[in-house]
Amino acid sequence: MIRVQTEDFDIGAEITRITEGNTEIGGLASFVGLVRDYAGDEKISAMTLEHYPGMTENKLEALEAEARERWQLQDVLIVHRYGRLEPGDRIVLVVTASPHREASLESCQFLIDWLKTKAPFWKLEERESGAQWVESRETDSVAAERWLRVTDT
Amino acid sequence: MQVLYFGWVRSRIGIAREELSPPDGVNNVAGLIEWLKARGGVYADALENSASVRVAVNQEIAPLDAAITDTDEVALFPPMTGG
Repeated sequence: MIRVQTEDFDIGAEITRITEGNTEIGGLASFVGLVRDYAGDEKISAMTLEHYPGMTENKLEALEAEARERWQLQDVLIVHRYGRLEPGDRIVLVVTASPHREASLESCQFLIDWLKTKAPFWKLEERESGAQWVESRETDSVAAERWLRVTDT
Repeated sequence: MQVLYFGWVRSRIGIAREELSPPDGVNNVAGLIEWLKARGGVYADALENSASVRVAVNQEIAPLDAAITDTDEVALFPPMTGG
């Protein structure tokens, strides 16, 4: 399941919802992305996330489908927020549940790596020196590429 | 044709979307970007470094040589920074 929303999310409640009544789940992995209060050596007071409504939902659903194809998963949850967030605020939640730990841990990392470069979000930081769009990072592209398979083009 | 802008492409052009009718010769994404740049002003500024502009046609990532028609939704934006 995927959700794109402005509201915050409750990690405990989300995990409970996934595990309740599904006793085939033996392992669950989660990743939470948060707003940092610095970029380089500059303070950040807020970050506004912009996204492409429609494409975002389609892309997140495609990422979930890809993870389910690659690993045996009992459940997948991606919650991604947009709008103006402040340091310490939660941005994104990825939860993967599987019978055994390997599938949930690996697929969770896969999803967050691909979210970085394939989900249509853009981040505008409010810095001391003014507003600044966050640039994509080479290390994120490298992290995403390691999940490419020989059959992928 | 619906043209959408995101990220710094949007903030430089100053609008999020517009309905455009490019001339007949403009039949792919690269042609659309060149036509927009030729309008000058904020368009030339926003699309100056077109190597760092990414494209979606009908909400799917597309290459610069992707064909486009009047009924398509074309989006121009910087590399995505999700997560």
